[in-house]
Amino acid sequence: MTRFETTTPVDFVVIGAGAAGGVVAKELSTAGFQVVVLEQGPYLRAEDFEHDELKKKRIWSPPYIGQDVLTNDHSLQPNTFRKTAKDKAVLSPAVQYGRCVGGGSVHFTANYWRFHEIDFVERSRFGPIEGTGFADWPITYGDLEPYYTKAEWDLGISGLAGANPFDPPRSKPYPLPPLPVKSSGVLMDKGARKLGWHSFPAPLAILSQPYRGREGCHHCGYCIFFGCEWGAKSSTLASVIPMAEETGRCEVRTGCYVRKISTDKAGRVDGAVYFDAQRQEQFQKAKAVVLCANGAETPRLLLLSKSNLFPDGLANSNGLVGKYLMFDCDSGANGIFEHPLNEYKSVVVSRVIHDFYDSDPKRGFYGGGGMDARLEAYPIEYALFSMPPGTPKWGAGFKRSLRENYNRQLMILAHLTSLPLESNTITLDPEVKDAWGLPAMRVTFKNHPDDLKNMAFFSDRALELLDAAGAQKKWALEPEETTASVHLMGTCRMGNDPKASVVDKYHRAHDVPNLFIVDGSSFVTSGRNQPTCTIQALAYRASDHIARQARNGSLS
Amino acid sequence: MDQDSSSRRQFVIRSVTGISVAWLTLHWPAILAAHDHAHAVAQSDTPVAFQFFSPDWALEIEAVTAQIIPSDETPGAREAKVVHFIDRALVTFERDKQATYTQGLKDLENKTKSLFPQAEKFSGLSQAQQVQLLEAIEQSEFFELLRVHTIMGFLARPDYGGNQGEVGWKLIGFENKGVYSPPFGYYDAEIAKGK
Repeated sequence: MTRFETTTPVDFVVIGAGAAGGVVAKELSTAGFQVVVLEQGPYLRAEDFEHDELKKKRIWSPPYIGQDVLTNDHSLQPNTFRKTAKDKAVLSPAVQYGRCVGGGSVHFTANYWRFHEIDFVERSRFGPIEGTGFADWPITYGDLEPYYTKAEWDLGISGLAGANPFDPPRSKPYPLPPLPVKSSGVLMDKGARKLGWHSFPAPLAILSQPYRGREGCHHCGYCIFFGCEWGAKSSTLASVIPMAEETGRCEVRTGCYVRKISTDKAGRVDGAVYFDAQRQEQFQKAKAVVLCANGAETPRLLLLSKSNLFPDGLANSNGLVGKYLMFDCDSGANGIFEHPLNEYKSVVVSRVIHDFYDSDPKRGFYGGGGMDARLEAYPIEYALFSMPPGTPKWGAGFKRSLRENYNRQLMILAHLTSLPLESNTITLDPEVKDAWGLPAMRVTFKNHPDDLKNMAFFSDRALELLDAAGAQKKWALEPEETTASVHLMGTCRMGNDPKASVVDKYHRAHDVPNLFIVDGSSFVTSGRNQPTCTIQALAYRASDHIARQARNGSLS
Repeated sequence: MDQDSSSRRQFVIRSVTGISVAWLTLHWPAILAAHDHAHAVAQSDTPVAFQFFSPDWALEIEAVTAQIIPSDETPGAREAKVVHFIDRALVTFERDKQATYTQGLKDLENKTKSLFPQAEKFSGLSQAQQVQLLEAIEQSEFFELLRVHTIMGFLARPDYGGNQGEVGWKLIGFENKGVYSPPFGYYDAEIAKGK
């Protein structure tokens, strides 16, 4: 196993071994550079992943059952939350992300949607939205397309090219055929056909067949918020991180909690200061830093990295670090069908609909999204949170409903736009500290009214679909303001104008020539709340550029 | 690998995490034998000592869980031994909830005596009286916690002490095979048959 000295500068320190960091580590190490990846979480292996619902934690609503095995632990790393800067922030789990080698790509649903062409130029097409930071990206779909393809083939994505009539152009089909359709998918197909909509096999970061020495999916069903014990989920843990380590030029150092990105007198980064697993402070020297800590921890670390040269935090001369935070916006509806669906088996999602992806001014608000069909509730979660409305909370009626409905219920879940607002931010809490004595993450978030209108619109579409599919009973997920999120986007947005963005179109910080920021924080707009595919395509593209810069000497 | 041996392998892997697959393969026969023995103990009627509850408390808690998920033509919380799950949880991952139970049990006793002056214990009340009492406290923090714990103990992995004989999973139709192959449900099976 490769080990680097902290005192000798390596070519790159990558902070975070997640969806983006794993890709960057692989690309830079295979390009010939020395890479140290600092990951705060543990290095879990396939055999550590258990079929145990009590080891699965989600932050949607209390009671927060289960343990934080794969994700950040709020007892060590508290969040405070408020809706606006006028409110007092209170302790509340507001962000959840993967905290292990592989990051969120270990436990995610594995929905793997490319952005559409519109996502990059939506501000120009739709027009301005007052009071928001709605803007075009500095890159187009065409710029990113080769890297979407690279991601799909490198990581192992299953899907059916051409099945979605709304898909953007692609240079290559998926490397693997789609996973088998589930009953939820068959019902989605049926409803869509009746309504003239177009359902298609879900593109998933899960192997439908063996691929490059990895096993295909065994349909165990422990997928969302679980790690895959077969290595069939195409996390960076299962796919590219082993490739990085095989080069002999990449060290993944775990249990390392970075507290500061260090800079020299010339204002260039020269390494990362971190607490190791024994909470001893260490300093890893590096010629350049790639920050991939996710859309919430990335801005927090930049704000923590204050110095005389950077009094407001690193890369923050324009004050935009942490602003334009975008969160999970979703809605949908549940339905009960006549026969057993057994949705607890196999992958979460097998069919998707993109008919309402684009925003339509005729709807009277900005917003779009995609829908998938699933029942993502494992037994305990189902009994606590997901039963039909009006079900008694205990007693004979509760038991009857549990027995009758668990296997006959499905959800149409819509993944929706979140408008970028300058007032939605990640900042440092002035009072609360984490277990390492550092200021806790303070989250300020309130949806734009259009986010909520869009949620209502999609709940209605989901009800329509369930009706067309023959649901015996159906009910909408009521639109609610978002107070917690697992998708963390937009806090170090990319742009050509150094006054209006944090990184340039190649992810280089405008203020710091040898600092790159590559994760959900780079997003200018939210896409349709399925960010992982685009985060990884951006990571491939950024890595290409970073390697080129390093080779021609412009980083040293 | 057939489904059955695969699911058994999965189950055992889950109970010995942190050990490498190579080691597991080497020691497979011994592990399976030990596992079968452990399983037999878990399913035997041998009384298990409570670690948090006194025997009296255990009876009271069990009676409440049996109202939350009653036993009828199918097993309920009592047969799932949910009270054992809760007892174990309260000395492990739910240790910080002990005080809620201590106070809640006192309140339960007081409520029992105030509503039914002749009675001593909740577990001694008639079914109808028990329901009446729980309806009176169902908004309390204690009842809500106990409800959550009962559901967890009914549907969590049996090695946490509840869901014995997988009665919770059987009730809802959750097979716990660990590995499946299509078709998974009724509607995709219909498609597979070409209907």
